[in-house]
Amino acid sequence: MDWLFLAEVSLAGIGAGGLYALTGLAFVLIYKATRVVNLAIGEILMLGGYVFFGFAAGLALPTWLAILLTLAVAGLFGGVVERLLIRPMLGESPISVFMLTIGLGSILVGVVELLWGANPLQLPDYMPNTPLFIGEAYVSAKVATAFAVAAVTVVAFLLLFRFWRGGVALRATAGDQAAAYSMGIDVPRVFSLAWVIACITAAASGMLVGAIGGISPTMGVFGLSVLVVVIVGGLDSVLGAMVAGLFIGLLEALTGAFLGGEFKMLATFTLLVAVLVVRPYGLFGTHEIERL
Amino acid sequence: MASNVSPLPKAGPPASAAAVPALAVQDVALYFGGLRALDGVTFSAAQGSVTSVIGPNGAGKTSLFNTISGFYKANTGSIRFFGDSVDRLHAPDRAKLGMARTFQNIALFRGMTVLDNIKLGRHAHMETSLLDALWYFGRARREEMELRREIEERIIDFLEIDHIRNAPVAALSYGLQKRVELARALAMKPRILMLDEPVAGMNREETEDMARFILDVKEEWGVTILMVEHDMGMVMDISDHVVVLNFGQVIAQGEPREISNNPEVIAAYLGSGDVGDLRARVQQGRGRREVA
Amino acid sequence: MRIGAAKQTYAADEALFDTTVQRAWLIGLFALLAVFPFMAGPYWVYMACLVAINIASATGLNILTGYTGLVSLGQAAFMGVGAYTVAWLEVNVGTPLPLNLILGGVVAGLAGMVVGVPSLRVKGLYLAIATIAASVILHFVFSHWTAVTGGVSGLTMPPGSLFGLTLDEPHELYWVIVPVTVLMVFGAANLFRTRIGRAFIAIRDRDISAEVLGIRLLRFKLLSFALSSFYAGVAGGLWVYFFRVVTPESFPLVMSIFFLAAIIVGGMGSILGAILGAAFMTMVPEALKLVVGWMSPWVPDAVALLSPVRTIVFGGLIVLFLIFEPQGLAEVWRRVRRFFHLWPFKT
Repeated sequence: MDWLFLAEVSLAGIGAGGLYALTGLAFVLIYKATRVVNLAIGEILMLGGYVFFGFAAGLALPTWLAILLTLAVAGLFGGVVERLLIRPMLGESPISVFMLTIGLGSILVGVVELLWGANPLQLPDYMPNTPLFIGEAYVSAKVATAFAVAAVTVVAFLLLFRFWRGGVALRATAGDQAAAYSMGIDVPRVFSLAWVIACITAAASGMLVGAIGGISPTMGVFGLSVLVVVIVGGLDSVLGAMVAGLFIGLLEALTGAFLGGEFKMLATFTLLVAVLVVRPYGLFGTHEIERL
Repeated sequence: MASNVSPLPKAGPPASAAAVPALAVQDVALYFGGLRALDGVTFSAAQGSVTSVIGPNGAGKTSLFNTISGFYKANTGSIRFFGDSVDRLHAPDRAKLGMARTFQNIALFRGMTVLDNIKLGRHAHMETSLLDALWYFGRARREEMELRREIEERIIDFLEIDHIRNAPVAALSYGLQKRVELARALAMKPRILMLDEPVAGMNREETEDMARFILDVKEEWGVTILMVEHDMGMVMDISDHVVVLNFGQVIAQGEPREISNNPEVIAAYLGSGDVGDLRARVQQGRGRREVA
Repeated sequence: MRIGAAKQTYAADEALFDTTVQRAWLIGLFALLAVFPFMAGPYWVYMACLVAINIASATGLNILTGYTGLVSLGQAAFMGVGAYTVAWLEVNVGTPLPLNLILGGVVAGLAGMVVGVPSLRVKGLYLAIATIAASVILHFVFSHWTAVTGGVSGLTMPPGSLFGLTLDEPHELYWVIVPVTVLMVFGAANLFRTRIGRAFIAIRDRDISAEVLGIRLLRFKLLSFALSSFYAGVAGGLWVYFFRVVTPESFPLVMSIFFLAAIIVGGMGSILGAILGAAFMTMVPEALKLVVGWMSPWVPDAVALLSPVRTIVFGGLIVLFLIFEPQGLAEVWRRVRRFFHLWPFKT
């Protein structure tokens, strides 16, 4: 057994897991606030990567400005999607809304392909590239940076949730929509807010993911792994998204390194089935009690 | 209409087998975590009688129904149905034995017509296999037609709902929905009919109609009735036996007259206060719903 | 203008097609299906076969998702199971075509039943995702169980034959594909006139109270999964007779989404809906191809636009129907019919 190799693979996995956790958080945010399972999260992430590409490479703007503009566009996008597509579906069955997000994902893929073509593209380098060593183990500087950014964002999130007024409104809405509404919380605004923040978060991880591995219209499959993360963690659990994100990242890296790339999906989805059989609401999800 | 049709099997005049109660609940307890929803509940319902379960909200009446029909498993105690223990049977098997019920918050299937809802009640007694069903002509059709005729002649005419048989249930008034639920329970070939608040939310006239239907079912079909109801007027009018629950325990049982004079019962309903006033109201049958 | 029809018997009241006019239409439709391969060109016969295969599979999914309320994103994978089974039987055993189709359906049905086992505990969207897991795992099996599935290169099979006739052209296969599809649709329509169909709908509307009314949840959920996958398996069998080669990439996850989209666009929980939806969703890309063909003299690179535009239209249709016509094409059809019933007295 090559311990150094194992350590390097694990570090890379945890690095990727940080991005899963971050994207998972975006997913959970929308689910908690609006009860929508957003299958377009992978495509929104992709959109973030491409919009950044458009600003940074297409318009040759400075990196910091491109990042800010991308986040702004993503927030706007989230708001518009919520208002135009999600709001009219209020009260419809969860299945319909879930399919709606699948449709949205498909539209995004088509639009991106139309504008930028189907071939993979490279984002301009904006992250440090010097190799990094933890002990003897090599870590890609990009992965390390991405992980650091993800970690900071996640922490910022948790603080916002706890202390900011909007965060409190969000948590209240997640707990009981009707009660929150009658307490004077503007529930529709909370919905918008959730989508705006979630799309910004997803776009942020899109820029990080794109910086590491390039962007392509099919990078939305990243969303499939995120889906596993949030189901394993529990759809409405922030803690679950973080724990499962890191764990799935690690699992994928290990199976990829030791069994081969084609086993990655098999491993994660087998884990998903195993978790669902034992805990139908994920590891940390809320078990909803059914009444007659 | 139904009077010239022979009564259902095993539902002969109560005198023949009066020794065996239709339903005997023996020392049943049900816990949700630390909460004792039912605690040592013992009572029985004689064949061909009307037995009412009353008590303040949260006393455990619906939990008792759910335990009897097998939706909850009792933690201790046993339930006998016409002398045979049903403790090991799951809900569908108990339904097949002839435990038919309605629900407090109407559980009709909104995607079906009134007729299909009623037909559904017969489900457990029908034999159509998958292949028969796919082909339809022959066995499946014969069984369906037989069922249709019986429902039309014995149930739809009897409950006076022939004008709405093809209406989607979602379009019906509350009172009619309750009546359709009763129709569905009758289609289940009931030997005991468990009605969970059959007249809640009904006006005077609808209540009287329902009381008449319940008595007719008892007389003409020879079915034992077990009922949860807040409408004291109706309970005192049509019951043979009244069981009073409070905090999951039976605090009194007996004939309606004894119950309405029992100070403990009145105290349970009121908590404390002017017992004399409440007694008067209970006796006049107006002491409904204000109870907490 | 048509007025209500008085019915004499309960049987007449419960018939699928209850008026003479409807029966006449039905006979007309069958006559059209019978002469179609003689009248239409090879392209249209080819399309008709493809539409019929998709209708069969969509009808199956409609039983599970539209009527029983269990969302599945595994329909394409179950089609794959049927296709592989049929191809394997043709290549290695040489059993007759009807038996192959049935076995393809049965194997897929068993696979579906296994996937359905968690459905008693795992609900709603968690279940939908579990079916994605099933399709990922099946995809893995297709590409790695080389001894049976031929690995990534898949299985290539000789044309099927029936009654000594070799079926290698669409206009020959038409006579297998369309009748089988008609039978399966007919079976599904019948199902919802019996206790089994009612039990499915009851589970969709309120599964916990269904149980107290005497419906064994696990049994009927599994039955729905099995039946739906059986339909997919037979459709997959027809598919592989049609294309004669099956690889792990033949039945991607996107195809499962396609079927879900078909029943949404057509109308969930409606037999007619699955038919209209599958036909519509199969024809739309073809229509786009035509449009792009017309535009090519004026728009540079029009052909390169086809793929992204198709993706956008696919997603757009799902979104638009969900928001503006959630009952789907079947509801549009009903509205049109109502209009003509009352015409000219009400417009």
